[in-house]
Formats: sequence, C-alpha cells, structure tokens
Amino acid sequence: MSWFKRKIDGITTKSKEKKEIPEGLWYKCPECKNVVTSDEHADTNWVCAKCGYHEKIGSREYFSILFDENEFTEIATNLTSGDPLEFTDTKSYKDRIKTTINKTGLKDAMRVGRGKINGYDAVVACMDFAFIGGSMGSVVGEKFAEGVNEAIKNKCAFICISKSGGARMMEAGFSLMQMAKTSGKLTQLADARLPYISFLTDPTTGGVTASYAMLGDINIAEPKALIGFAGPRVVKETIGKDLPQGFQSSEFVLEHGFLDYIVERKDLKHKISESLKFFKI
Amino acid sequence: MNYLDFEEPIKELHLQIEKLRESQKKAGVDVSAAIADLEKAAKAKTEEIYSKLDPWQRVQVSRHPDRPYTLQYIEYLTNNNWIELHGDRTVKDDKAMIGGFGFIDDVGVMFIGQQKGTTTKLRQYRNFGMANPEGYRKALRLMKLAEKFNRPIVTFIDTPGAYPGLEAEERGQGEAIARNLYEMMKLQVPVICIIIGEGASGGALGIGIGDRVLMLENTWYSVISPESCSSILWRSWDQKITAAKALKLTAEDMHNNRLIDGIIREPLGGAHTDPTATFENVKQVILNELATLSKLNPKDRSEKRIDKFCSMGVVVQ
Repeated sequence: MSWFKRKIDGITTKSKEKKEIPEGLWYKCPECKNVVTSDEHADTNWVCAKCGYHEKIGSREYFSILFDENEFTEIATNLTSGDPLEFTDTKSYKDRIKTTINKTGLKDAMRVGRGKINGYDAVVACMDFAFIGGSMGSVVGEKFAEGVNEAIKNKCAFICISKSGGARMMEAGFSLMQMAKTSGKLTQLADARLPYISFLTDPTTGGVTASYAMLGDINIAEPKALIGFAGPRVVKETIGKDLPQGFQSSEFVLEHGFLDYIVERKDLKHKISESLKFFKI
Repeated sequence: MNYLDFEEPIKELHLQIEKLRESQKKAGVDVSAAIADLEKAAKAKTEEIYSKLDPWQRVQVSRHPDRPYTLQYIEYLTNNNWIELHGDRTVKDDKAMIGGFGFIDDVGVMFIGQQKGTTTKLRQYRNFGMANPEGYRKALRLMKLAEKFNRPIVTFIDTPGAYPGLEAEERGQGEAIARNLYEMMKLQVPVICIIIGEGASGGALGIGIGDRVLMLENTWYSVISPESCSSILWRSWDQKITAAKALKLTAEDMHNNRLIDGIIREPLGGAHTDPTATFENVKQVILNELATLSKLNPKDRSEKRIDKFCSMGVVVQ
C-alpha cells in the first residue's frame, strides 16, 4: 500500500491543447535552466544573462562579436578536405566530409576573415566545433597558414580562436604535421613583428593545445572552458583516480601560468583592441 | 630471445637448431650439415615473413622487447664516451627524456631522445618512454645549448606518447610540446630526427622538427596509436589491425606521403637481431646527412626546414 494516493489523474492536458513552441525561438540555459528568447540570448553574446554560462558558438557568432559592423572579407573560402589516405572507419572519410558539409553549411573546421576590430586591422581565424569536433586536418592547417600570410601582407595582427578536440584522425600523419606547419607559420609572423593573440574556448585539447593554441604572444580564454593536452577521460584512466574539481578548466590553466587572463565574451572585443593598441598595430 | 606471434615458424626452426646443437654436444655426433640446412631454412623463412609484414606487424616489431633504445644508440655512436646532462632547470629531471653530448668519430653532436626501460623496474623508472613537460623543456634546453656552441642535434624518437598524467597537465604538457615545435623550427644548427621505435603523436613530434626526419624500417609514426584509434573510431579495442592499416603509419607510407625524408634499413628480422649493424647504418646516415646539412648557411637551413613542414597537407581547392 502506498503512502500517498493520487487524487487527480497524471497528465490531463489533451495533446491538442498543448502549447506548441516553435523550435529555435527560445534558449534554455543548460546550467541554470533560465529561459530567454533566442533574440535576447544573441543580444548577450550567447551568454546566459542569469548565470554567465557561455554557450558554445561558432565562427559566424565570433566574427559578429569581433568585427566592426560584422564586416569582414573571408579568405581561403574554397578549401575543402582531400582524402589522401583513403581513410575508412565505420564510414568513409569522404562521406563523412560530404555529410558534415551538408549538415553544417561549413567547408571545414576553420574560417578566416580579415576586418577591423574597433578600427584596428586584424585577421581572425576561428574554429568551428560543429565540423567533426573542430578537428585539425590539412584544411585547418592551410587556412591557418593563409591567415598568417594575410596578416603579414597587411601588416596586421593575427588572432586565432581555438575550439577543437585535437588533430583529425582520418588524416593521420598529415594531421600530425599540421601541428608543425602552424607552429612554423607562427615563426614567420613573429619575424614580421606582428602580434598573435590566441583565444582558447571550450574545448581546446590535444594537438591544437600542443601547437598554435599555446603559442600566443598572449594566451586568453573564455571562462570555464576545458583546456588541456590529454582529454580528462584519458587522464582519469592514467591516474586511476577521480579528477579534482575544476581540473583543466580555464581557471585551472590560468592558475598554473599558461594563460594571461580569462575574458568574458562581452569584454572580448575591447580587450583585444586594447592589446592591439599596445602592440602598435 | 623473444618472438612475436607471427614469428612462430622462425621460432620453431630456431628451436630445432638448438636441439641439434645440444645433441651434438652430448652425443658427439656431427650434425653440422643438418644445422646449416636449418639455418638456411630459418633465414629463408625470416626473409619470407619480413618481406611482407603488414602495418600491425611492423608496430609489433617497433615495440619488440629486445629492440635497442636511445641509450644504446648513443653509447655505440660515441664509443661509450659521452656526457649525459640532466634537468630542465625548472622542475626536475625527466628520466623518460635523456640527452647529452659526445662525438661520432670526430663530429661533436648533442643527442636527445626518449628512453624506455629494459626491465619492469627500469620501465617504471623511465615512465615507459612517456615524457612529462619537464622532459620536453630539458630537450629544448639542450638544443639551445647545442645552438649556442654551434653543434648539430640528433634526436632519437621512441615513445608511446607524451605522458597524459595529472601533473603533466598542471605543468603544461601542451605548452611544452608547442614551444618545442616553434623553437626547433628556428634552430640555427642542423637537426636530424630519427624514429627508432614508436613515434606516437605530439609526444614524438615534440622532438621531431628536423632538417631530416628519418624512420627506421620497422617503426611507426602517426597521430595516434592503432589501439587508441580503434577505441575512438570503432569504439572497441579489436580493430587495431584495421586501424594500423588505415593510419598509413609505416615508414614506407610516411615516406610516400612525403611526411618524412627517408628510411633507414634494418637488418633482416628487425633492429634487435643485429643491433651493431643497425647502429652502423644509423651512424653512416647521420654522418652523411650532417656533411650535407653543414654546407648550408644557418638561415637558409632553418627557412628550408620551415618551408618543408609548411608544405605538408592535402587540400582540394
């Protein structure tokens, strides 16, 4: 016998009377469950107005936050991935690329734009996590390289927004060498005495952390982003213990001396343009 | 001697040879003709097996417990006369990453490499050849030292990966490797990198930016080990053989894809069957390459190195 007796039947609303909310009009914060309209959410740079949770966003949103009047020239737009190894796992790499392009409307995991940030010229390379986990393959490496070339040509700053699970396995050795390639390009940018700001967002791990993401003249990050070399699951398996609270968060990485500061999205543009002013760009 | 699973037929023949030798000793019967025949057969079998190793079998050879490690190479090349240097001057001395200087004939060289252990205790002591950030920083310190005194650098790569531990993350494993990639590009002295066993991902690349990057015949070099690749892409550990094939991680594949500069041949049956021959091959290659590289002026050499890595990748316009 149960202690409580239900007096009224469970769900009584008839499905006909259920209020339909069209998809995409509302945003519910996964942290504090606060609900706002999508427009309001965009107005706060996709940050929860109540708890400050930074939603994962892509290159389109970051470009709109950074570039004056959202005006920029996108470069290296036509590059797509080859399949040099004819790689197949549970699905062929070619098909995976095709499906992802159709699904996301993106050509690969990075877009590069040149424009003005509070009046300062800059080239911004931004990763898209939606494209195979923001993984770095030949296209990301080449776009990064062309972005650096563009910055050198225009004598302006280079900014990279990282958001990646690491190197793309389906390009194996080629992906690995993109770590070398991007690092090599950064030596050329430095020789031209142009600044490189690395902005790490949630998540930045693996080969991206172990190459260009950690090589900024200044390294900055969004609050509470996951930043590390090995993924937390791998570290946990290695040490055979639970990980301490906040392990591999931006705050943790800042505390250990690998970031210059953590910046909220609303302050991002100002802080970057102040840096460019200091760097005399 | 340890045998790999696919070496069973060779093992059988070697066992028969052993038996005959014993009986010859005991009974005093001359069976040298039979022994010679068996030895011939064993060699033929080894040739047959090693002429068509699949990628997974190569991975197995690269991890063979008898395979020579970095220290043995350095000791041979310097005639056992080298000075080991320790410490990154910040945290500690990483036992998985060793380095020091010596002379190959009369050529002064800074040696750096991951070191694996040969016994259970030593394997632990060397952390299975998985360096921490201080290992990469120690390596960079020694490279800068070599650069200061205009001596070439030779690195020996043999690692299942950079150590994915808690302290490694705290001390910036990612930053340590990234810094090495960046700084190695600019080194003003010749740099030769040789993969002598396992070349796993960023942990290998962290000492792998060279004017010449060479792989021994039975080694592997890729972005991930076949086992981890299998577990991530196929969500099971059982596809390592398929993964090894898909990753194109052998010396031959890496060379065909122009991701390395050359292959150093190993004696029949792998480096461990005749370490001296292996060391001698490596020695000749190092001396030849250094002779060529030292003719370039430092700035051009570094620019060429950067251009080489910047040309890697396949994209569709």
